[in-house]
Amino acid sequence: MTAVIKKDAVIIGGGSAGLAAAAALKKHGIEDIVILEREKQLGGILRQCIHEGFGLSRFHEVLSGPEYAQRFIDIVRKFQIAYVTGTTVLDITPQKLVTAVSREGLLTYEAKAVILAMGCRERTRGAISIPGTRPAGIYNAGVAQSYINLHNTMIGKEAVILGSGDIGMIMARRLTLEGVKVKAVFEVQPYPSGLQRNIEQCLNDYDIPLYLSHTITDIKGRARLEGVTVSRVDAHMQPIAGTEKEYECDTLILSVGLIPENELSLSCGVALDPRTKGAVVDAYYQTNVKGIFAAGNVLQVHDLVDFVSLEAERMAGYAAEYIHKGCLPVCDIPLITDGNIGYTVPQRVRSDEAFKLSLRVKQPCHDCEIVLKQAQRVLQSVKLKKAIPAEMIQIDVPAGNMESTDALEVLLQ
Amino acid sequence: MENIYDVLIIGAGVVGSAVAREFSRYELHIAVLEKELDVCMETSGRNTGVLHGGFTYKLGSLKAQCCVEGNREFDRVAQELDVPFKRTGKVVVGFDEKDMQSLLKYKRNGEANGVQGLEIIDKARLQEMAPSAGGEFAMYSPASGMLNPFVYTVALAENAAQNGVHFYFDHEVTGIRRHEGLYSIQTNQGRFCTRWVVNCAGLNSVQVSEMLGIGGYTLGGFKGEYFVLDKKAGKELNMLIYPAPGPNGGFATHATPTVDGNVLIGPDSRLVDDFEDYRATPESLKQLVLDGKKMFKYMKREYFIRNFSGIRPKLINKDTKEILDFVVEARKEAPNSINLVGIESPGLTSALPLARRAVALMREQEKLLPNRSFNPRRRGILCFAEQSEEKKKALIKENPDYGEIVCRCETVTRAEIVQAIRNPLGVRSLIGIKNRTRAMMGRCQGGYCETRLVEIMEEELQESEKEIVYGRKGGKMFTGKVRA
Repeated sequence: MTAVIKKDAVIIGGGSAGLAAAAALKKHGIEDIVILEREKQLGGILRQCIHEGFGLSRFHEVLSGPEYAQRFIDIVRKFQIAYVTGTTVLDITPQKLVTAVSREGLLTYEAKAVILAMGCRERTRGAISIPGTRPAGIYNAGVAQSYINLHNTMIGKEAVILGSGDIGMIMARRLTLEGVKVKAVFEVQPYPSGLQRNIEQCLNDYDIPLYLSHTITDIKGRARLEGVTVSRVDAHMQPIAGTEKEYECDTLILSVGLIPENELSLSCGVALDPRTKGAVVDAYYQTNVKGIFAAGNVLQVHDLVDFVSLEAERMAGYAAEYIHKGCLPVCDIPLITDGNIGYTVPQRVRSDEAFKLSLRVKQPCHDCEIVLKQAQRVLQSVKLKKAIPAEMIQIDVPAGNMESTDALEVLLQ
Repeated sequence: MENIYDVLIIGAGVVGSAVAREFSRYELHIAVLEKELDVCMETSGRNTGVLHGGFTYKLGSLKAQCCVEGNREFDRVAQELDVPFKRTGKVVVGFDEKDMQSLLKYKRNGEANGVQGLEIIDKARLQEMAPSAGGEFAMYSPASGMLNPFVYTVALAENAAQNGVHFYFDHEVTGIRRHEGLYSIQTNQGRFCTRWVVNCAGLNSVQVSEMLGIGGYTLGGFKGEYFVLDKKAGKELNMLIYPAPGPNGGFATHATPTVDGNVLIGPDSRLVDDFEDYRATPESLKQLVLDGKKMFKYMKREYFIRNFSGIRPKLINKDTKEILDFVVEARKEAPNSINLVGIESPGLTSALPLARRAVALMREQEKLLPNRSFNPRRRGILCFAEQSEEKKKALIKENPDYGEIVCRCETVTRAEIVQAIRNPLGVRSLIGIKNRTRAMMGRCQGGYCETRLVEIMEEELQESEKEIVYGRKGGKMFTGKVRA
């Protein structure tokens, strides 16, 4: 049997969520922490995000991804928080035994609290069943970004991009800057799935057309990609016959969504919310397994890294309290939504605890109102000029307004 | 200087590889010519991976004989060649009286073919055996199972290679001439000379037959498309679930657990003229979702990880369109040749029995001396994820590369990747690494590991990024460096 290493907090993932959580735990007086990172360096996906646009909310200045990560890495180093890289977690048990593997061997940690900070992964071609052949030249946007920014490797000459996710748009600009002809970006939804600022800065500034309500209906090429067929889609997102158009290209970039990386969470019995694909958490970011917490993209896919860090920092405050006291109060009020709201985080709260409510609308809407109701009584409402699925809405909900343990309804009006 | 061989095998699918391995039991100078960059790039790598029982094939047919023979010996074969294999059993489920009649017919047929253990089971027993199966009753075939078709083909080829067979990839046969008792085989990379030729060209076996001067064969390309489902769905499926066969003995879309724990939904069946047409088509994708749900209730979008298709080269009667039996023959018009045509399902199960029949045809004409150094055993790449904790520790201590997880979804280590890159056949494509290790086969489809695989390939092969090939010749992954 491997010697078990006891820790107050084991943080799984040394990206933006894990680093922010580690630093915040330390500030809350938790000393005995370890960050487990599978890559050779800390920083997570930020390492390959060499563009600017990070840090406005968190640091009130504009940074590149590696610069943003470095801020936290510097804090982790200054606080002498322990971390191991090149270490992949293989298993977590409900008893919070964490087994990891590295070139040094197998390690088992026993944690008072486990912090899930594994981030997310990209949805793939197979997951959305794009028809056609399977030649070389089809890359997920994040993979393409890694090849170009981390591996100094160029992936093609003429590209088409499917999906208007932020990474896809950022890659449209990146590829253009490196001399690749980016012919167009296609989005199956009638609205963009990334941020407006990326449409402006990554597409419009470079004259890259964005076609909404379009999708790829065929992929051609046996050895290397030769072209794609694009079709317009109807209101049910079904391709409309007769609208097919051919695009010659040797590269197809997919930016068709992100999925929280929760395979380890499932191994220890953490319940997932089918809407977020992240853990069901309470107002303390605690999952259904006591002492296991989640924050960042593993919990819900965020639009901005700043919100990942801020969420992880809030979570760390509660996790620290859990480590000190051994338990947290029960959150007995479930949140429910109407059909217009995609999801909420957290999914359970309590009346005497303020919390940050995160949600997304399902469809774009104008001049709308998010209403929080309990037992027919309106507790709080927020008016919005515009709400779109691409932008997460966050609302501060104060403590003390709820009078019962009836479900808290979150409605869009 | 031309290469002169005793036996030259055309095609490195599962049949060509099995034929090579069986011929390597004798004192013969043998080579395999393969047009692609690896083994099992066509039908052998594009199928359900089922070890068939043999109950649907016509009594006395080669399909029935070879399938039953191949099924019976597979425990030993899997052990000899270190091939992942599970004899899970299969249920062929029925819903109505018509299905029952069909099952009874195939049970009788199977028993006549020599298939053991077939029984009709009621709904209660079906539910107990295969809780996720639909259906009111079923025929249970305990001998059916599943294997990894990539690793099986690789294993046969590697075993052949270790017993002296030469493999030539990217060698497409363009012409065959017979001259002074020898065959001269022209390829895109030079000429080969041989005393005997064995046609194992699968989808291209008719063209090769014609090059040998054997005419009159027609192949129908029966394309089948599939969905691959996440291992999470695989937990819900413990054995092969098939619908009752239709009147012609063909199975409609079924749910199959793979030996690695995924689920395959498919194949459907459509006739195609282009034998390279592996496109996933919207029509099939849509129909597979509908049909798959009938067989397997976890046929859900959230579990989709990939689509693929394969083409079964069925020999057909040109006029009646009737599907014909396997052909293994030595024809007078092409002396010293062995011709295998129409090897479709159950070709995977039948590969070694077919290979033995090919050897027998040569032995009818020549005395073959045993290869005294023949070793039937081949060891594959040890799968780290399947080892005990103690064994894992020992492996890492011995080779720290076992401690570096490259593919997160399938828990494949750097040590396994390096072994795959240094494979005995000298295969260098990314798909070659994938088929040998399962890296990139998981739910993220290479999102995490692909860049790492490329990096390790560059290091191990001392190649620049420009040389890295995805799967097929010309399928370069990169155009160069971003910055010089």
